Amino acid sequence: MAGLDNLYREVIMEHYKNPRNKGLKDDEEYKLFHIKNPSCGDDITIQTLVKDGIIKDCRHIGHGCSISMASASVLTEIMVDKTVEEALNIANNYLNMVANKEYDETLDLEEATVFSGVKQFPARIKCASIAWVAFKDTLK
Amino acid sequence: MMKNQWIKDFPQLRNQMIYLDTAATSLKPQSVIDKVNYYYQDLSSNIHRGMYDTAVETTMLYEQAREVVAKFLNAEESEIIYTRGTTTSLNLVAASYGMQNLKAGDEIIVSELEHHSSFLPWQHVAEKTGAILKYVELNEEGRITVEAFQDVLSDKTKVVALTYVSNVMGYITPMKDIIALSHQKSAIVVVDAAQAVQHLTIDVKALDCDFLAFSGHKMLGPTGIGILFGKEALLQNMEPFEFGGDMNDDVNKDISEWKTGPQKFEAGTMPIASVLGLVDAIEYIQNIGLIEISKYIDSLHRYALAQLNKIEGLTIYNPTSETGIISFNLESVPSHDAISYFAEKNIAIRAGQHCAKLICDWLGIYSCLRASLYIYNTFKEVDVFVETLKEAIAYFKKLGF
Repeated sequence: MAGLDNLYREVIMEHYKNPRNKGLKDDEEYKLFHIKNPSCGDDITIQTLVKDGIIKDCRHIGHGCSISMASASVLTEIMVDKTVEEALNIANNYLNMVANKEYDETLDLEEATVFSGVKQFPARIKCASIAWVAFKDTLK
Repeated sequence: MMKNQWIKDFPQLRNQMIYLDTAATSLKPQSVIDKVNYYYQDLSSNIHRGMYDTAVETTMLYEQAREVVAKFLNAEESEIIYTRGTTTSLNLVAASYGMQNLKAGDEIIVSELEHHSSFLPWQHVAEKTGAILKYVELNEEGRITVEAFQDVLSDKTKVVALTYVSNVMGYITPMKDIIALSHQKSAIVVVDAAQAVQHLTIDVKALDCDFLAFSGHKMLGPTGIGILFGKEALLQNMEPFEFGGDMNDDVNKDISEWKTGPQKFEAGTMPIASVLGLVDAIEYIQNIGLIEISKYIDSLHRYALAQLNKIEGLTIYNPTSETGIISFNLESVPSHDAISYFAEKNIAIRAGQHCAKLICDWLGIYSCLRASLYIYNTFKEVDVFVETLKEAIAYFKKLGF
């Protein structure tokens, strides 16, 4: 099934099966944001540590489909060492990419580019977005 | 295998889609579509107001529809209220009857099988009034039984709000016995019939329910129209749910008076086209007959289960469902991953919590897939569905799920 293979890339499955930075830190310096999607049952919490405007650590916990879980894992990996401004720029462009909206294609989204296939599956945009929306809220 | 003579009436099926999502909303036959179009193209008038021909005809059709619905339920016309849907019907009862009649310490019986629209309004009434929500303990299959119901029924029970057919499990609640027992305690019973009305013959007099709610769009009718049946004696003492045009008898600066019939609850311009279209949906169902419909769905359902039961890597949560609803998961595949496979094959099923999180919690799952069968489905479609399901299991297994 060629269409679905564009969605379930190897990298995505690898992150789904071996999620990075999973589990929250019991540290008040981290900022936390929780999103629950009552229609699909996805539930995700993102936790971010920012020091001097730089993201030092990013964590996640929750449950949901492979796309939402893998996108959380990729997110927490690529955001470390970014400035808040860079992180927001990447997140906004990523969210536009998966929603099939205009985005800056010259920007390096690193491993998150594997989610470009999501735009062919409008029903799954929410799955790929939930962790990234929560992440943005941890930076507020 | 018999040829399905009903498919030709459903223009939505011309795109070769396999539609297994009737529990979310049914398809609509051409006669319903034609009636809705007739209202917009030829009438487009308001009711109870104008004196010109189209307004008179519209009013006549609107009130005749009430007669058709009343006969369908074996109710009186004065007991049939038009609403936006089941959700509004159930909210109306909670907001009007519930807020007027409940007080701290009173008990409301609900269950974990309820759709959110059946128990959230009562959860809210309980919060506001200090009444207590009691849950019927479900049996090992996830059913409401008369015995378990009796365990929570008490002299304090004032309202019983239960689903007639669960939208996830497809089980039929033993409603008649529950109603009789409730009345012995002088409790009123609100029946959520959203998933029942398209499968079971409902006779509100025989059932003796106090309120019963359903939607047009799950029974071949238009969206935006729901019905609330309420016993006349109860409706008479209830306050309006919404205030506005057409629901009043006399309006003054200080105090106004409300209509006495069901129109007391129909404020503003109602979804007239949908009311008219509902008549054709009821007629369509009556022309086939609910017994014939149930028989056909039952044969499809059994045919599907016989094949599904042989598949490994599949969990079916409601193998004894009576109404053509199959809720399931692919082993270790989240429902939203699995559903994409079916969507790619143009098979419409549903994934998620189905607005019934409590039963997902009860089952110990985050979400599930649901296929629901109706008259326009065929044995061949069941075969394709089963084959697709097998392919999906193999596909996700290969991916490493």
